[in-house]
Amino acid sequence: MTPIIEVHHLSKRYRIGRAQSYFSLRDSINHFFTKPLFLRNRPRQFWSLHNLSFQVEPGQVLGIIGSNGAGKSTLLKILSRITPPTKGTVDLHGRVASLLEVGTGFHPELTGRENIFLNGAILGMSQKEIRAKFDEITSFAEIDNFLDTPVKHYSSGMYMRLAFAVAAHLEPEILLVDEVLAVGDHQFQRKCLGKMRDVSRGGRTVIFVSHNLESIKSLCTQALLLDKGRIIASGSPQDVVSRYINNNLQENQVDTGRYPILAQDNSLTLLSFSLLNSRHKPSHTLISGNEIHWSASLKFNRLPQSFNFVIALENENNSRVVTIASQPSLSASVITKTGRFTLAGSCPGINLQPGYYRCAVGIRFNDQTVLYQPSLGFITIRDNSTSMYPGQNGLVRTDSVWHISHEH
Amino acid sequence: MSYNYHIKPRTDLFSLDLKELYDFRELFFIFAWRDIKVRYKQTVIGILWVVFQPLVTMLIFTIFFGRLARIPSGSLPYSLFVLTGLVFWNFFANSLTHASLSLVENENIIKKVYFPKIILPLAAVVTTSVDLAINLAILFLYALYLGFTPSWQVLLIIPIGLIVIATAASGLGLLLASVNVKYRDVRYILPFFIQIMLFLSPVIYGSDLIDPSQRIFMAINPTSGVIETVRRLFTQSNFTFSPDFAVSALVAVVIFLIGLAYFRHTERFFADIV
Repeated sequence: MTPIIEVHHLSKRYRIGRAQSYFSLRDSINHFFTKPLFLRNRPRQFWSLHNLSFQVEPGQVLGIIGSNGAGKSTLLKILSRITPPTKGTVDLHGRVASLLEVGTGFHPELTGRENIFLNGAILGMSQKEIRAKFDEITSFAEIDNFLDTPVKHYSSGMYMRLAFAVAAHLEPEILLVDEVLAVGDHQFQRKCLGKMRDVSRGGRTVIFVSHNLESIKSLCTQALLLDKGRIIASGSPQDVVSRYINNNLQENQVDTGRYPILAQDNSLTLLSFSLLNSRHKPSHTLISGNEIHWSASLKFNRLPQSFNFVIALENENNSRVVTIASQPSLSASVITKTGRFTLAGSCPGINLQPGYYRCAVGIRFNDQTVLYQPSLGFITIRDNSTSMYPGQNGLVRTDSVWHISHEH
Repeated sequence: MSYNYHIKPRTDLFSLDLKELYDFRELFFIFAWRDIKVRYKQTVIGILWVVFQPLVTMLIFTIFFGRLARIPSGSLPYSLFVLTGLVFWNFFANSLTHASLSLVENENIIKKVYFPKIILPLAAVVTTSVDLAINLAILFLYALYLGFTPSWQVLLIIPIGLIVIATAASGLGLLLASVNVKYRDVRYILPFFIQIMLFLSPVIYGSDLIDPSQRIFMAINPTSGVIETVRRLFTQSNFTFSPDFAVSALVAVVIFLIGLAYFRHTERFFADIV
């Protein structure tokens, strides 16, 4: 069979060292006068992808995994032609549609009906195609009664359902999916997974980027592991996923990866984050029931009225087992100027079942979620050796004291 | 399979893929339709703003420039004289503004989906022509009301004039839109630039106020040819193509080519830096 996607020696370079995504003319002019050309540092360069080559056969579902900054999103952006590569080529033998973010181009003032046509066109459907699938889309989204209501009056659930419904009815030969499953309620997520399975059964090729390792294992036929812009493993999803988990466990700590994470609204930057063991050392192995500490370094670009830091642990089945959130009063008294702050905390111990857990962090700034990183790495929870009894299962465990006495 | 894409580093600078533009024609019209639909939502009197804007400006200009400053308006009443100028001028200014801001306003789409970006500024110009059509209707109703019946040649001269204006506005819009992706200063500079251009155009005064030796500079302005000609056609029916018109058209084409080249040159980085 001839491959439907052929990637040859693909590399992508970004220039970094610029805090803002756009510049003001004044900065450039200032820069021009204060630093003559010959004194100026060359902008730091950063290879987001490094000499990637792979092929995808028609009908394959290729899962791509890797830590923050591994180059997953860059790869999808090149495949969907949003950004050109610096070197190398890609050949695609089929129409490509990407779900880099569902709801792209939705306009709040337009009605559901109008947005279906607008969004469909943006995602690459012809008006004829949209008209043909219109009823299917509206029934999938379950919004029949609100078709002529502007979407700004929709609940967020309805909005998401409509956005996904349009995207789900694309019929490209190649579908690129990035983290769409992270949104929406549980039932809706299942519906989405079902739809993706249908798409791939229909013989179409899917590239699926996710932190959800279980869905990678259950949906994909092949997987790639990216690390620092290179492919370090490829093959069956089971093997690649376990390689990924092992790699992560060998690294010392849960961390922010290759570069700091900038909040969506530029209000702050998460410079680093680590989970620490009860002796305050960065560690990937924690003992169930022992104290957990953490430390984060943040750079505030604006002063928050309110600020929340949330750490979540999710188990192998992708269930969230615990969420640790900072108290709302944390910011007001301390963060009175912008700049770098260290945020540290601890909790007395969580009685988690042994196993590996994915660590996610989120930041709310003035009651808006401005940063969410679903996977900063994995930790292993080990048993404290005294408490191994047969018959203990469930999400959490607890110490217990039992007595037995003879009934008189 | 009928679709084949070859993705490679972009090195071709000045190519314009007309076939691709044709393939994306539906998206082009959808963008134009969206902008028209959204423009006057959440305003109380909606589309009537398109009617009020030129009429109110005409009233103010007539009071200050016509009555107080006594700017000569030839054989036309000053109000009709200035309204003729405003209708075409507004088309230029609004097209230019919308085109220049179009990329940044659609930033979320540019970052997520591939399409030839050039359709955004071009759709913005098309959107503005809806306002223009309404304004032209107002202009001719007002002229008839005052008893001026334009000669039939306006039907010939207006389309040509509008093509010249649209070409110049698109060219300048393409240029400023791509600069705006990197330097958001464009948003703040643009109103000043448009105001200065207004005073350099024969909108509130006629070009016969300018020394004939310098009139060629006036002709560089893409709006001047059509404004002057339409004014003449309200009172005279003998129509000659003035050389001014040819200069305006030539300048418009040059501006368009420069804007297009710059746009194509910077387009590949839009998604990375917008």
